[in-house]
Amino acid sequence: MTAVSSALIEENGTLQKAVRGDHRLVCDLVTQGARVLDVGCEDGALLDLLTRERGVDGRGMEISQAGVNACVARGLSAVQGDADRDLVDYPDNAFDFVILSQTLQATREPKTVLKQLLRIGSNVIVSFPNFGYWKNRLQLLFYGRMPVTDYLPYSWYDTPNIHFCTIRDFVALCEEVDARVVKAMALNDMGRKVGFNAPWWVWNLVGQQAVFLLKR
Amino acid sequence: MTSTTSKADESGSEGVTRLVAQNEADNPSSKKIVFGADQALALDAGEELGPWQIAYETYGTLNAERTNAVLVCHALTGDQYVASQNPITGKPGWWSHMVGPGRPVDTDKYFVICANVLGGCLGTTGPASANPATGKPWGLDLPVVTIRDMVRSQARLIDHLGIDTLFAVIGGSMGGMQVLQWAASYPERVFSALPIAAAARHSSQNIAFHEVGRQAVMADPNWAGGAYHEKGLRPSKGLAVARMAAHITYLSDAALHRKFGRNLQDREAISFGFDADFQIESYLRHQGMTFVDRFDPNSYLYVTRAMDYFDLAADYGGSLARAFLHSPTRFFVMSFTSDWLFPTVESKVVVKALNAAAANVSFVEVESDRGHDAFLLDEPEMFRTIRGFLTGAANARGIPAPGGGL
Repeated sequence: MTAVSSALIEENGTLQKAVRGDHRLVCDLVTQGARVLDVGCEDGALLDLLTRERGVDGRGMEISQAGVNACVARGLSAVQGDADRDLVDYPDNAFDFVILSQTLQATREPKTVLKQLLRIGSNVIVSFPNFGYWKNRLQLLFYGRMPVTDYLPYSWYDTPNIHFCTIRDFVALCEEVDARVVKAMALNDMGRKVGFNAPWWVWNLVGQQAVFLLKR
Repeated sequence: MTSTTSKADESGSEGVTRLVAQNEADNPSSKKIVFGADQALALDAGEELGPWQIAYETYGTLNAERTNAVLVCHALTGDQYVASQNPITGKPGWWSHMVGPGRPVDTDKYFVICANVLGGCLGTTGPASANPATGKPWGLDLPVVTIRDMVRSQARLIDHLGIDTLFAVIGGSMGGMQVLQWAASYPERVFSALPIAAAARHSSQNIAFHEVGRQAVMADPNWAGGAYHEKGLRPSKGLAVARMAAHITYLSDAALHRKFGRNLQDREAISFGFDADFQIESYLRHQGMTFVDRFDPNSYLYVTRAMDYFDLAADYGGSLARAFLHSPTRFFVMSFTSDWLFPTVESKVVVKALNAAAANVSFVEVESDRGHDAFLLDEPEMFRTIRGFLTGAANARGIPAPGGGL
């Protein structure tokens, strides 16, 4: 393989990684110039997208220091922090949007975290993997084993995802904490929005991930 | 610290160095501004200081909009020569890794200012400076100064230079304390603030170390109640011991072990005596001896005291968050894993307060085994993240990002 072709592959790889499907949907929900806190911001890919496309005043919180340093090195504001422990530090209504992207299932107390998000942000966007997705159900049904897929590649004993839920579970939690569901979307296994309206139970089957916009 | 030091005390070249240092206290090699009695500085101690002067160095060019000025605040024994040769030691600037052409604080893009602190001994009014009332060195007649006084004096300098808002205020250790004070006292004048290896207050343990140092100085008979200048004396041994003790706190156990271990100094076996058998002893003695030639002992008392008195939250009813409420400043807080003098937990206190104030804050902890001194050393992760932060801040400010690169 020549240096040129490997560089091209690398470039393509970066391009493919550049905008994840759920990031695209989240980005569409955020208003121009908003104050945004991204909880569990990883290396800052979503924050970077929001800054470029929405001109947001963005902050990130990330549990791994390596992720934080990566964010800061690319010019984003980020702090090391744990959603379970450190959200209490922020004042009420500090942000227009608080985003919890693919992190809810990894928190120790998802309900408390969701309440904190609703306190800190006027709008809350939560994206999470739907454990009710049909492929997960089939694995459990046919093999009797905890699902391991490309999207959720961990075994039960090493997964950081300790609180899985389905879309319907999440809707129930929203009711419990008095959150209003402003918008909900399901994503298929291509990371694209399921383009039809359907009852929750259908989305709960065909959605690999879900993105919710909530308000108090 | 026995025979070797006293011989060094008498040697000709060291004496010359000291004369240069003495002269630098009033007539620095750098730029300086003298403020008259009518432009006195109001001090926290309740007194007015005037006439007084501030010595500073600048690098790079101020742009037409006056938006690209960066203030570097130096640490306890630092000086204004952040990126240029120190006139006493002849050594390169103390932060030339960080500040210079193509460096994270890029002097090709920014107008960088660094001033000697109030209470210092390299040209800004301090105990070694001549008291205008007597013509003799101030000594202990100089009121005790605080970090806030230092920052007030710097604000006067920035006013004088015609700069309204600083693009960045950056500093490590005591420099970081000044950065926090700047952000609290003049939030509208600080676009971005970078306190590094610092804290919002000096801890009990750190006050304790400083007290040991001061006692060492004051226990030296040559200190003469602070009047050593007039009596032609110099408490060199006391100051050297103070420096030796302090120097240990700047390093880490791991760094010391890597550098020196239990290696012996120029000998095959231990001597069963009290010479410097071990390399670490010899190294510390050397650190102490070279320090006394460039630093005024009374100045060491004043500046350590300023750090001890620093407790930013106390000025805001005990709530650090209130110091930063509605702050428009972009913050970058940094600590080092092996720094036990200003440990990460102190930086996290600052970050927590900034979060509570909903301020714009980034926090980076750098993995390093070099202790507190890491901020002065070649730490690529520090440069990479500061460069990134300043790039984001420069974009927001509408001025060029640092050049160079990784």
